[in-house]
Order: sequence, then C-alpha cells, then structure tokens
Amino acid sequence: MQTILSIGIDAFAYGMALFIICIGLSLTMGLMRVVNLAHGAFAMIAGYIASYAARDLGLGYAIAIFLAIIGTIILSIPLERFLFRRIYGSSELTQVLMTIGITFCVIGITNYFFGPTLKTIPLPESLAQPVDVGFKTIAAHRLFVMTCGLVVAAGLWYLIERTAFGIRLRATVDNAAMADALGVRTQVVYAVSFAIAIGLAAFGGVVGAEFLPIEPYYALRYMVTFLVVVSVGGAGSILGAVIACLVLGAVDTTGRYLMPEFGNFFFYAAVIAIVCIFPRGFFGKAQ
Amino acid sequence: MPTMAQTEKLAAAPIPGSRAVRDVVGVILIIAAGLAGFWLFPDNLALLTRVIAVALLVLSIDLVVGYCGVATLGQAALFGAGAYAAGIACVNGVTEPLTLILIGAVAGAVAGLLMGTIMLRAHGLAQLVLSIAIVQLFHEAANKASAYTGGSDGLAGLMVGPLFGVFEFDLWGQTAYLFGLALLVVIFIVLKFVVSSPFGMLCRGIKEDPIRIGAMGAFVFPVLLKMFVISGAVAGIGGALAAISTQVVGLDSLSFELSANALVMLVLGGLGSLYGALVGTVIFMGFEHVVSAINPFHWMTMVGALLIAVVLAAPGGLSGLADRVLPSRQRNRGGRA
Amino acid sequence: MSDLFRVEGLSKSFGGLAVSRNISLAMPAGERLALIGPNGAGKTTFVNLVTGQIRPSAGRVVLNGEDVTELGAVRRVRQGLVRTFQVTRLFSDMTPEEHITLTILQREGKAARILARFHGNSEVAEEVEGILGTLGLIEVARRRVGEIAYGQQRLLEIGIALALKPKVLLLDEPAAGVPSSETPRIEQALERLPPSLAVLMIEHDMDLVFRFAKRVVVLAAGEIIFEGLPSEVAANAKVREAYLGNYANARSVA
Ligand SMILES: Nc1ncnc2c1ncn2[C@@H]1O[C@H](COP(=O)(O)OP(=O)(O)OP(=O)(O)O)[C@@H](O)[C@H]1O
Ligand SMILES: [Mg+2]
Repeated sequence: MQTILSIGIDAFAYGMALFIICIGLSLTMGLMRVVNLAHGAFAMIAGYIASYAARDLGLGYAIAIFLAIIGTIILSIPLERFLFRRIYGSSELTQVLMTIGITFCVIGITNYFFGPTLKTIPLPESLAQPVDVGFKTIAAHRLFVMTCGLVVAAGLWYLIERTAFGIRLRATVDNAAMADALGVRTQVVYAVSFAIAIGLAAFGGVVGAEFLPIEPYYALRYMVTFLVVVSVGGAGSILGAVIACLVLGAVDTTGRYLMPEFGNFFFYAAVIAIVCIFPRGFFGKAQ
Repeated sequence: MPTMAQTEKLAAAPIPGSRAVRDVVGVILIIAAGLAGFWLFPDNLALLTRVIAVALLVLSIDLVVGYCGVATLGQAALFGAGAYAAGIACVNGVTEPLTLILIGAVAGAVAGLLMGTIMLRAHGLAQLVLSIAIVQLFHEAANKASAYTGGSDGLAGLMVGPLFGVFEFDLWGQTAYLFGLALLVVIFIVLKFVVSSPFGMLCRGIKEDPIRIGAMGAFVFPVLLKMFVISGAVAGIGGALAAISTQVVGLDSLSFELSANALVMLVLGGLGSLYGALVGTVIFMGFEHVVSAINPFHWMTMVGALLIAVVLAAPGGLSGLADRVLPSRQRNRGGRA
Repeated sequence: MSDLFRVEGLSKSFGGLAVSRNISLAMPAGERLALIGPNGAGKTTFVNLVTGQIRPSAGRVVLNGEDVTELGAVRRVRQGLVRTFQVTRLFSDMTPEEHITLTILQREGKAARILARFHGNSEVAEEVEGILGTLGLIEVARRRVGEIAYGQQRLLEIGIALALKPKVLLLDEPAAGVPSSETPRIEQALERLPPSLAVLMIEHDMDLVFRFAKRVVVLAAGEIIFEGLPSEVAANAKVREAYLGNYANARSVA
C-alpha cells in the first residue's frame, strides 16, 4: 500500500513536471503546426540560467525562475524571427531537420561554455523539507510541482477558451487567411503563442529539474519523451496532454520502481500500443 | 522543342540508353573512389569500412524517406537487427562471412517488416514518434537480453572465418574493406534497378500523392511495406558488415542518435538520390572524424549549423545543388537531355 | 436491370451539414450525363461518395448489378469506377508518358514489380502512345508535368482515367481553370471518349454541358432538383431560381 502510494505520488509529480514542459510543445504543434524538436533546448537553457542565478549569484528561487523565463524568451526571439518563421508551413521533415539542427547547436554551445557536468538549482528551505499531508509525508517540492502543473493547465485553459486573445488564437488556427482578413494580426498571434510556449518550457525546465536534471544533453535525452507526450495526448489538446503525462508518468515510474532492470522498455512498449490505437492521440483533432 | 512531324508518334525512347551509360559511369566512379581510399588511407581502413556500413544504412533510409516520403528517425533499429543477428550467429559458430551477411539481411528485412507494419498505421507526427519508439524499444530489449547481446558491454569476440575460405580478415582491415566495397557496389547496382523499376516509380508516386495512386487503383500499404522490407535488408547488411569488420556489436548500433545522424547524412547528400546518400555519408563521416578528434562538441555545433544551412539554403542537399549548378546532370527523368 | 451503374439514396453529412441528401441516379452504358449545380452544391462530394474516397452515411452504390458500397476506393477503381479530380492531382516530377505507363502497368497488375523495367517496355509503349495521341499530348510526352500547360495537365488527368479502361467515368470539372483558348482540345477529347463508356461530367461551362450531355441532372444543396433533357434545363423555373440565378452570381464572384 505504501509503495503504491509512493509510486502514485511520484508519478503524479513527475507527470505534472512533464506536462509543464510539454504543453508548450503541444501548443506549437497543434496550433502552429510546427514540429519543434528544439523545445527541450529551451527548457535546458532556462535551467542553466536558473542555476546560474540561484547558485552562482545566490538569488532567490522565485527570482531565478522569473529570470530564467524572461531570459529564455528573450533568447528565443531572434531564433523565432530568423529560423522558425522560415519553417512555418513547411513539411514535417524540414521542420524536424531544422529543429534538430538548432538542438545540436544548443548542445554544442552549452557544453563549450558550461562543461558537461550536471547543473543543480538549489531549492529554498521551504521546498526542500517534507510536508505532512495527513496520511503521508511528501517532499514539499513534489507538492509544489503538482500545484504548478494544475495552475498551468487551468490558466492555459482559461486563456484559450475565455479570453479575447484565445479567440484570436483559435481563429488563426482554424483559418489563418480568414483571421487575417478579419483583422486579426496573425503574425503577432504566432509570435505571442511562441513566446508563451517557450516561457512554459522554461518554467517547466526549472521546476522539473529535480526529475529531469539539467545537463548539456538534456535537449536530446528528453526530446523523445516530449514528442511522445504530445503525440499520445494529441497535439494542441490541454486535457490530452494532462492525461498523456499522467499515463506515461505512471508507466515510467511504475516500471522504474518495480522492474528497474527493464529500463524504459515498458514506456516505449506503451507508447507504441497507444499510438497504434489512437493514431491522433487521445484528444487529437481530426485533420 | 521538337514539335516537328511527330504529332502522333512518340520517338523511340532514347532515355534508357543514356541513363544506363550514366549509371555505369556512376558505378565506375564509386569503385574508383573506393579503391582510391584503399590506396590513400591504408591506416584508416577500419574507419572507411565503417563508412561503408553506415552508407548502407543511409541508402536504406533513402529508400523509405527519399523515395517513399515516410519520415523515420528509427532506421538504426534495422541496422542493429542485422548487426546483432550476424553477431549472435557468429558467436554461436556460424563464421562464414557471406552467410553472416545473409543472416543480417534476413534479420533486417524481418525487422523492416515489423517496423513497417507498425509505422504505416499512423501518419505525420505519430509516425515519426512510432519510429523513435521502435528504435528505443529495440535498444532497451537488446540491453535487457544481455545473455544474448552482451547488454551494455556489447557483444564482443566475433571470430569470423576467411572469406570464400581463402581470405582471412586481417589486422589492417584490408579484406574487410574490400569485402565491404564489393557489397556496397553490388547493393548500389541492385537498388538502382529497384528505384527505376515500376515499383520504384509507384513509390515515387506514393511519395507525392498517395490519394492519386489510390485513384489509379493501386494499394499504397503493401507497396510501402515492401519498400520497408527491402530497406530493412539493406540496413541489415550494413549492420552485419559493421559486426564482421569490427568484431563487436554495441548498443550504439541500435540508437536513436545513429538514426538521426544517418538521416542528417542523407539530407546533406540529397534525399531521393542514391548518389546523394553515398556522398552525404562520406562527407559527414570524414568531417566528423577530423573535427570530433579536436572536440566532440564542436562537431555537434557544426552538424547543427550545417543542418540549418541545408534547410535554409539547399533543400535538395548537395546533389540538389549539383543539379542546379550542372543542368546536364539533371536527374530529370523526362529525358530530352 | 439494364443500368450499368446506379446509386440509391446516397446521403452524407459532415457534422450537422447535410452535403448529400438521398441522391438516386442510374446510368446505362454509353450514357453522357452532366451533373451541374451551384458552388458548394455537393457535386464533388457526390463523386467522392461514388468512388469511395469518403463513406456515405446511407445509401448504396451499384456497379454492374453488384453492390460496391462496402468496397474501398482502390477496389472500385479496379471494378471500373474511375474519376478525375477537380484540381489536378499529378506527379509534378514525372512526365505524361510516365503517368500513363504507370497507370497501364497498374491496370495490368504489374506496377509493383521490382524485376521489370519501367522505361522502354514496347507493348505498353504502344498503348501509351495511343492514349497520348488521342489527347494531343505527344509533343509534351517527355516534359515534366510541372512544366506543361494547365490545359494539358487536365487532358492528362483524363488520359490517366482512360488508361484504366473504366466502365463508368466521372469527370469533375474537366475544363476548370483552363483558358478558353484551350477548351476546344478538352472538348475534342471528350467527344473521342469510347462510346460504350458511361460518362458523368460535372461542369460549370454551360455551353460545354449542352453540347456534351444527352441528359442533365441538377444538384442544389445536396439534393437532386431536376433531371431531364438539356433543352429543358434552361426553361425549368425551379432550376432557374435555384441554380442558374446563383450560377450567374457565382460566376461574377469568381
Ligand atoms: N470534408 C469535409 N468536411 C466538411 N465539409 C465539407 C467537406 N467536404 C466538403 N464539405 C462541404 O460540403 C459542401 C459541398 O462541397 P463540394 O465540394 O461537394 O461542392 P461542389 O458542388 O463540388 O462545389 P464546387 O462547384 O465549388 O466544386 C461544401 O459546403 C463544403 O464546404
Ligand atoms: Mg467540386
């Protein structure tokens, strides 16, 4: 019983960390139709910034997160302007190649400047200790990640379904030319959505660093996991991404607890089964 | 344009002839380049043999991606299947090199059949993800089945018998290299026939518009599956060659990274061109050898920059560039050259 | 039953939008039928339903007395139910000669052969030449399709369909997008279609319709509102209102 609980809590926290990182990717793919394999690179960049701010400059955790998000978005602007914009609407293969190229560059450069070692982001006192939630004590950081995940999910849902920006976004996605004709500045919508996606990747990269440690190969190591989450959940679907993260987080965590010697075997077997049964993901839109 | 008196008659096609001449010249060039490598870099024959093995992998990707338009990041699964099959057979007493190559081809083909059956169920992103998941699954399985595969230590100590019972695989890798070169040339010629057969044309059609092919009354799935099997056999031969020449099989032969790198080589050389696949492999691995000796991370940065540059500036890869620069070499199957 | 081809009660809706409503139609061999209707009437959808690109919500498609509703698009083509596309779907890198060759090889069940040559196959070449000749495409037979005139591409669409030796041919706006200087070639090609073939043509060019068709069916909002002789169409009040009025508008918009 205790094991099941532990697995459940770990899986949930891990799933939520995945969710925060992946939902940005899901939005870029579902809404902007860009297969961005470099998504993880942004999460990693944020991790490096946060680590530098918190560890080397001694700034607070919250400030480090904030700086990481802002810094990553600023870094992403020229990339969006000069590289990503060239592949909107291109074939999948082109997008894959370009974004793998970006990923490789980021990995190479990061390693050149920061070396191959793991970078930690020190947690503040309040998050480092366990919390008693009645039936069990849980690391406060896990609770924090879960809360962040739920807040992000709710916030995004509100943004897309209930705000003026959300309406413009959905209109642009449905029919960019028509939205343009109706006065929606689609370029701006794209740029803002891209920034939101990157910001979420950055946020997830920092708060999820306990689960997905920050190192130069981060972007490549977890590229597959992120892609898998999006295609299992269905690109562009928030609910789908939540469910995919929870299911895959559960499969992964359970596998690691119960059959560590099998590594990721069950994770990938589950992925193949799910994708074969739901080729568009749990909540993918029919094309 | 020849509008002359031939309004109702099609001139006897001059195409096959000129095409054949071009291909013969191409094959001779490949052999010449291969032999030149043999004389010029006698100390690097192991690397050159590795280049040939990977070139086979890249050719196999070209069949699927370049000729059929199915994007895959998991082709190393087929390469690794061939490598492990040959390796395991060798450890268990099958030491005749041609038999081992055959075993690799069969294993690759079977893996290709499996991979195609799974991947062709999906489209687009899901298909790409399936390809990655399959190679990762193979990787994990090989890691787990360490009793047969040696797990993360790799399968070492393959003792391959002499080729045709005469030529020992020597320390300098001369036999291995020449054997590999011969394999490559034979496979290249076979693939030339495959891609210019009716089947090859059908694949090109599917790549451009599967609905049109359906409206012509042809089923798409079996054709693509067939190509997956052929491509698996080619990749499997590449894997078996790698196993025979290095006498070890490592988990890296089943990796996502190898798949991605091989795809990069293909794109660099030019999708949908068999020559492009070879050129891309040679250039990529040559540079890799030089640059990564200095610093492996510079190499990553360079590959990344190169990929971006190819996408932005030369979507057809090097062979595409060559086509643009040298119109006489136009692969334009229209003939009228 | 002398009908070569028949649909019964064919219906289809996309979400809440009923695009085909209870369409029934029969064609004997050799029939020349025009299907007309305003933009968005559901004409292309009807062709898609008949050839199996999409599945009907209800109804049957019968060819030669055999129910083919459950068959996929490929099998229907093999049974002789062939279409052309409103917007050409050709392989821009291939030549017309290669298109027709591939189609013929497919029809003969030889298209998936690896141990055969594609180019320089003399029996097929003769037939290819025949088809390209009838369509006046010999001149451009070895040019890339991407380089030839749109009118010629439309002719090639018809050529591909003919190479399949269809029993029923559905032409979706064969002259759409073709400059008027080139329409006579298309009309000529239509006149030369094999006499036993049942042809259903969708077309907006009314002159072409009147010259080509012996019978006209008018579709509006997914429903057949008229069926009769070409000479009666223009006079029919219902059609005038539902179609020709709209048609004039549609044309001025386009
Ligand atoms: N896949 C689909 N999903 C939803 N609606 C569709 C789909 N295909 C067609 N429609 C709708 O069905 C209606 C009929 O379309 P269809 O293409 O059959 O018209 P048409 O008569 O061929 O028009 P046109 O003269 O412009 O070619 C249109 O309103 C169209 O928007
Ligand atoms: Mg239409």
